[in-house]
Amino acid sequence: MDILDILRAALQQALGPQAIVFALAAIGLNIHFGYTGLLNFGQAGFVAVGAYGLAVSVVTFGAPFWLGIVMSLVAPLVLAVILGVPTLRLRADYLAIVTIAAAEVLRFVFGSVEMKDTFGGSNGLNGFARPFQQANPYSSGIDLGIISFGRNDLWSLTVGWILVALCCVLVWALMRSPWGRVLRSIREDEDAVRSLGKNVFAYKMQALALGGVIGGLGGMFLALKQASVVPSDYSTLMTFYAFAALLLGGAARVMGPVIGSILFWFLIAGLGSFFSQSAGEGGWIPSVIMTDTQASVIRYIVLGLAIMLLMIFRPQGIFGDRREIAIDGR
Amino acid sequence: MDAEMTEQTSTTGPAGLVGVSTEPGSKKPDPIVVADNITRTFGGLTAVDVDHVEIQRGAITALIGPNGAGKTTFFNLLTGFDQPNSGSWTLDGKSLKGVAPYKVARLGMVRTFQLTKVLAKLTVIENMRLGATGQKGERFWAAPFKFLWGKQEDEVTKKADELLARFLLDKKREDFAGSLSGGQRKLLEMARALMVDPELVMLDEPMAGVNPALKQSLLGHVKSLRDEGRTVLFVEHDMDMVRDISDWVVVMAQGKIVAEGTPESVMADQRVIDAYLGAHHDTDLSELDEERLEAEVEAEIAQEEDAK
Ligand SMILES: Nc1ncnc2c1ncn2[C@@H]1O[C@H](COP(=O)(O)OP(=O)(O)O)[C@@H](O)[C@H]1O
Ligand SMILES: [Mg+2]
Repeated sequence: MDILDILRAALQQALGPQAIVFALAAIGLNIHFGYTGLLNFGQAGFVAVGAYGLAVSVVTFGAPFWLGIVMSLVAPLVLAVILGVPTLRLRADYLAIVTIAAAEVLRFVFGSVEMKDTFGGSNGLNGFARPFQQANPYSSGIDLGIISFGRNDLWSLTVGWILVALCCVLVWALMRSPWGRVLRSIREDEDAVRSLGKNVFAYKMQALALGGVIGGLGGMFLALKQASVVPSDYSTLMTFYAFAALLLGGAARVMGPVIGSILFWFLIAGLGSFFSQSAGEGGWIPSVIMTDTQASVIRYIVLGLAIMLLMIFRPQGIFGDRREIAIDGR
Repeated sequence: MDAEMTEQTSTTGPAGLVGVSTEPGSKKPDPIVVADNITRTFGGLTAVDVDHVEIQRGAITALIGPNGAGKTTFFNLLTGFDQPNSGSWTLDGKSLKGVAPYKVARLGMVRTFQLTKVLAKLTVIENMRLGATGQKGERFWAAPFKFLWGKQEDEVTKKADELLARFLLDKKREDFAGSLSGGQRKLLEMARALMVDPELVMLDEPMAGVNPALKQSLLGHVKSLRDEGRTVLFVEHDMDMVRDISDWVVVMAQGKIVAEGTPESVMADQRVIDAYLGAHHDTDLSELDEERLEAEVEAEIAQEEDAK
């Protein structure tokens, strides 16, 4: 078994584009769930409209690239308003149901044969990312010894991590402000906030929109990095991975979702590499216990177990404040 | 000018209540709240059925009545947290019908809750700061830029600290509100409501769970609210408090206003004794427990049987 190989696989993913996409999705979820207490189970939908907002504008409607970028920001905003207006006045669980359903509806519509001319069907859309690739200032890739990234990836990662950093700064600045205080108060008890003269609905809407747009940034980044959009990328799995990353890192902490996402992909890739080396031909685990195919999924079981244990022994996540969790709501 | 001043002081506040009729729904010389024909039903149960009530400005009015009389529901209706089946009501002559709770609060009518609603995972001082109105930093576009709201935040904090000191919570300033005792939560909620600078403060059982040593100073605070020119409407079971600080008492039973008047007159009113106080009007009602009632009923039954 090659420990270095496992580490290489893990680090490559932990710093790679997937970690960026999920960091952005989880930062958005952190605003929804961590700070405001909104249960958005359809973050994948926000990520998807961010990606398709860019792709559809440029490919289907022939808009210039910059307009595609603008649409990629506007689309999640519109989605937030459409989902928020009917549900944010209701109890919290309604939002959860509506968002998860909406995300699935969007994915099916984007992948549908009937709308193939607009959204490209199950093959998706491509050919919109040239201006992004042309803007690449690097002349070659980078080799850090243990891990290396090609020229294109290096450019994507630079842009991606800058986006993540900017979002973190924004969240930090917002959450230390009185605006952030209102959000956290809504999470605790929205009637108390109402009784003090705050328009709770408006704040929830702002939170939903902001978190959605940041999720949409994740979609925009993924679209640019892959130079294509494919509907199957935006399944409910994406939402739940983002939640896993958020809980891993610690909700209601600025860096929680970022560290969580990095760790999530580190573990997924590291465990994957570990088990694929361990099982099957030449591995130390006999195939009676674990076959090759089993080895490829066992990482999810282990990771799930790890998250469960974390929730039991450190429910606040890695960054959370133990004291906060120790307080019961009443 | 002078005449006007005296005219003012004689109709506003407790002074204006002198000689006011003690019939339910009586007119007040300077009402801040006027409610008409308010009804609220839950299924077949009529929780609130108030024909007419006026709350005198600048005075402390107590709303009393047995459990389930509809006091909390009436509070919810007045403040917009619940919608009545019928009726209309005004604050300062402005109709509040269909007005959202947060707008009601902004108009100067701020309430606390019977089941306290502190923001458990915020510190005490953050709870207080939230109460301040008109904060620039609560607007999304201004929020990221501290130089736009930092100064105002300092002012808000100063005001919050003063109130915390007044309510003896200054030692708890940095603690999470969720770690406070029941009585301290009541205090925090009241102090937080005052951050809004309300014209009318509505307190739902402010004394429940507050330790006896603190009660006395809390009574002082409520009185000082009146001295600052605010109006106070509170629900309370503690008869000592009602007698001690209220200028006017409104009695509810089964959703209706059955009597009102000064504390002395209400406690002597036969309707009140019938509806509510029974034979126990000398005792603190919160101390009435079922066991004692049962024992008394049993004693009565035994007496009747003896008489046979
Ligand atoms: N949300 C509700 N649903 C059904 N019944 C309610 C509701 N709120 C209050 N009630 C009923 O209305 C009556 C008045 O309750 P409440 O206003 O809480 O009384 P009080 O505060 O005077 O003790 C009670 O009989 C109570 O059971
Ligand atoms: Mg009550």
